[in-house]
Amino acid sequence: MTARPGKVGPHHVGPGEEEPSLILATCVGAIFHTALLFSLFLLFAGHNAPGGGFVGGLVAGAAFVLRYVEGGTDDLGRLMPVSATALLGAGLTMAVGTGLAALVVGGQFLESGKVTLDVPLLGEVKATSALPFDIGVYLVVVGLVLGILTTLGAEKGERA
Amino acid sequence: MVLLLALHAAIAVVAPAAGARLGRKVFWLCAIAPAATFAWVMAQWSGVVAGTAVDQPLSWVPGLGLSLDLRLDGFSLLMAGLISGVGVLVMVYSRYYFSERPGLGRFAGTLTAFAGAMLGIVLSDNLLAIYVFWELTSVTSYLLIGFEDSKPSARAAALHAMLVTGAGGLAMLGGFVVLGQAAGTYSLSAILADPPSGTAVSWGLAMILLGAFTKSAQAPFHPWLPGAMAAPTPVSAYLHSATMVKAGVYLIARLAPAFAAGVGYWRPVVISVGLTTMLVGGYRALRQHDIKLVLAYGTISQLGFLVVLVGAGYPELSFAGGALLLAHSLFKAALFLVVGIVDHQAHTRDLRELSGLGRRMPATFAVAAVGAASMAGLPPLLGFVTKEAAYEALVHGHGLGGLLTLIGVVAGSVLTFAYGARFLWGTFADKPPSGRPRIGPEVPLPKWQFLAPAALLAGLTVLFGFAPVLVTGLAEAVAASLLAEVDVHLVLWHGFTPALALSGVTIALGVALFLARERVERAQDHLPAVPTAQGAYEGSVRNLVLGATRLTGVVQNGSLPTYLAIILLTMVALPAVALARGASLPDGLTFAESPLQVAVAALVLVAAAGAATARGRFAAVLFLGGVGYGVAVLFLIQGAPDLALTQLLIETLALVIFVLVLRHLPDRFDPKPWRLRERGRIVLSAGVGVFVAFFVMVAAGSRTAPPVSEEYLARALPEGGGRNVVNVILVDFRGMDTMGEITVLVVAALGIASLVMAGRQREEAP
Repeated sequence: MTARPGKVGPHHVGPGEEEPSLILATCVGAIFHTALLFSLFLLFAGHNAPGGGFVGGLVAGAAFVLRYVEGGTDDLGRLMPVSATALLGAGLTMAVGTGLAALVVGGQFLESGKVTLDVPLLGEVKATSALPFDIGVYLVVVGLVLGILTTLGAEKGERA
Repeated sequence: MVLLLALHAAIAVVAPAAGARLGRKVFWLCAIAPAATFAWVMAQWSGVVAGTAVDQPLSWVPGLGLSLDLRLDGFSLLMAGLISGVGVLVMVYSRYYFSERPGLGRFAGTLTAFAGAMLGIVLSDNLLAIYVFWELTSVTSYLLIGFEDSKPSARAAALHAMLVTGAGGLAMLGGFVVLGQAAGTYSLSAILADPPSGTAVSWGLAMILLGAFTKSAQAPFHPWLPGAMAAPTPVSAYLHSATMVKAGVYLIARLAPAFAAGVGYWRPVVISVGLTTMLVGGYRALRQHDIKLVLAYGTISQLGFLVVLVGAGYPELSFAGGALLLAHSLFKAALFLVVGIVDHQAHTRDLRELSGLGRRMPATFAVAAVGAASMAGLPPLLGFVTKEAAYEALVHGHGLGGLLTLIGVVAGSVLTFAYGARFLWGTFADKPPSGRPRIGPEVPLPKWQFLAPAALLAGLTVLFGFAPVLVTGLAEAVAASLLAEVDVHLVLWHGFTPALALSGVTIALGVALFLARERVERAQDHLPAVPTAQGAYEGSVRNLVLGATRLTGVVQNGSLPTYLAIILLTMVALPAVALARGASLPDGLTFAESPLQVAVAALVLVAAAGAATARGRFAAVLFLGGVGYGVAVLFLIQGAPDLALTQLLIETLALVIFVLVLRHLPDRFDPKPWRLRERGRIVLSAGVGVFVAFFVMVAAGSRTAPPVSEEYLARALPEGGGRNVVNVILVDFRGMDTMGEITVLVVAALGIASLVMAGRQREEAP
């Protein structure tokens, strides 16, 4: 790790050596969280409207790419408490687990099921077993993007 | 029976971990599996000998005709009893043979797995299941022979055994498939009850025989077996005398009654191969100085004998073969175990160095003497009784072929006597002083538990010799399960018969040959070198590696443009030619549905041309991105927001990744190869483009069945619970595909990470 000035904020050095751009930093700061939220929306809405785990994961990935362009891999490391590999593993486990769960309750592998839950505040919520599967896909895609950014994007001698 | 197989598997799995804690005691744990098997086999004894087989059908992959139908009949009973009985003894023996060392748990587990696989072969009634277990024995024996994995010689020997038996096994699988298809079933008992015939069956059987010959070390495939003596001695005793090498004999014995008469080449081939093996093995055994190799070549010789007996397909011979199989397993396992004891105590197996061991270790000597005498065919031991039975059957033989066979078998038995005597003399006798160190009088004595397994085996040889009636029932059941009712009996004393005379001749000639042993050795030395099977093996392996290297050099030349060109050329040359010959464009083709499409398509074309002609890498990547975005817009115009969104995001991410990679690459493309073959590239890419466009139009126009999408649209909400059909397809209808794809993503991510790390380490290394 090379020492870099500044904490989270608009004043640290990006992958290039030139001065950070204030406009870029401000825009990214504004867009990043919105994009993450949008990606979650896509994930949860995907079963009935355009979206889904794959697209949602890609949007989240794109948000991280913006963050990377602005702050480099250090910034990503600070943002993400878990490693890309952990995300990949969690996602795959979740997807396979959904398939196995169907097996456990007596169906075929990956057979989908529906439950209607009565959640306080939200009222009646319909959930299908496709959702955890989709979350698995989402995690894998985010993990892939993060993994590529942290390995390919890291400077020489840098581990993120 | 399934439970017994599962028990073997379970113990094999836990043994490596248990070995770390138990040390040598892990062999007690592993003895449980064969012990339970042996107990079960003994419990079935009376029923099976009386003629009722035990069946346990179990479906596995019915679509392939692969099932795990287990069946215990007379022959299986004999084999299963040997496998489990000798298995227990070998486990006990191993406990004392090995000193504490790492890897014993792994060894014991592999040995147990091997025992289970071997059991599977003899219990399976399905050809494909037999093949599965057969290959399992090859793999486990590979691991066992190569146990001393720090020794190059052990690794080479393991590989040799693996290559020869594996290649034979593949041929055998082909033969099984031919046989199974011809018969319409893969059930062994059904095939034997109603054997198919025809040219295909003949070829199939030839392939099966090939597999059986390699497994049972028949000439000319035999050299792997002496090489396999690099394995620890318990392995040699178990795999290379008592069990695995018998798998080929077992299979030949099973098939012979049904096919020996009908398939023209069967008897000449099987008998001549068996006889050749018997003579070559016996002859080579007379020259060996390593007592383990004396036994190894002796085993080859005996396997040849067994193949002659059980392969001819005559009931009396099968009967004698079954009895000899038992006798051989008992005395040869005992002798191998003795070799292990000698090796363990004296630290040498060279018979020129061993001297005076007989006086030092009388008990061991006694066991070995009984074993060797049984092998040589001396009365009143089981080896004598069974050899008599074989002679008896051959004397009442079958024409000139029968007479030749008889002469060959007697000659082989003379050799057997001679090398048996050589083994005993070489291991235990006092020898005149020579230039070599003499090891013997001062070696430590073995523990009694160490010797007990060998003593038990030798004791059985004596017991069954005096009371052959104990095994007559079994041998009859063996012959009966090979579809032959026989009216012969094992007896110690036949009266003065031709067979007895032949036994006398055998012993007399054997004694003479042993007394002349030095002259025989010298004569073997002076014979001109003949091309050996070992040399042929080494040569073929060398040429295979050489050929593979050359072929790889041509096919995998490392040039990405060449690979791409080959792939694309294939695509244009094969499907495009077929397409041009018989396809027509659909009616009612429209050029475009809206002006917007034309505009976007034009932009895409410009971007594509830009990407193809750009001289700088960065510009080319940007143009490529332009193509992608353009296509995304086309999707949007067509009303596929999902696709458009995905395409847009993928395109963006790809662009970013490209830029990240470009940091490590030169700015501009290397101009040279580009200019050299530019014209060819343009022609090729134009051809591919035209082909793809044409193909898409023809494919879209040639639909005859209703599109699958209508079905998906109708079923998405009620069955998948979602209104977004694309998503329902991804997570439900084709959920398995998606799971495969995200697995690929994970693998790709890990691959990228490790590649980058490896590259970075190499950069940092200097």
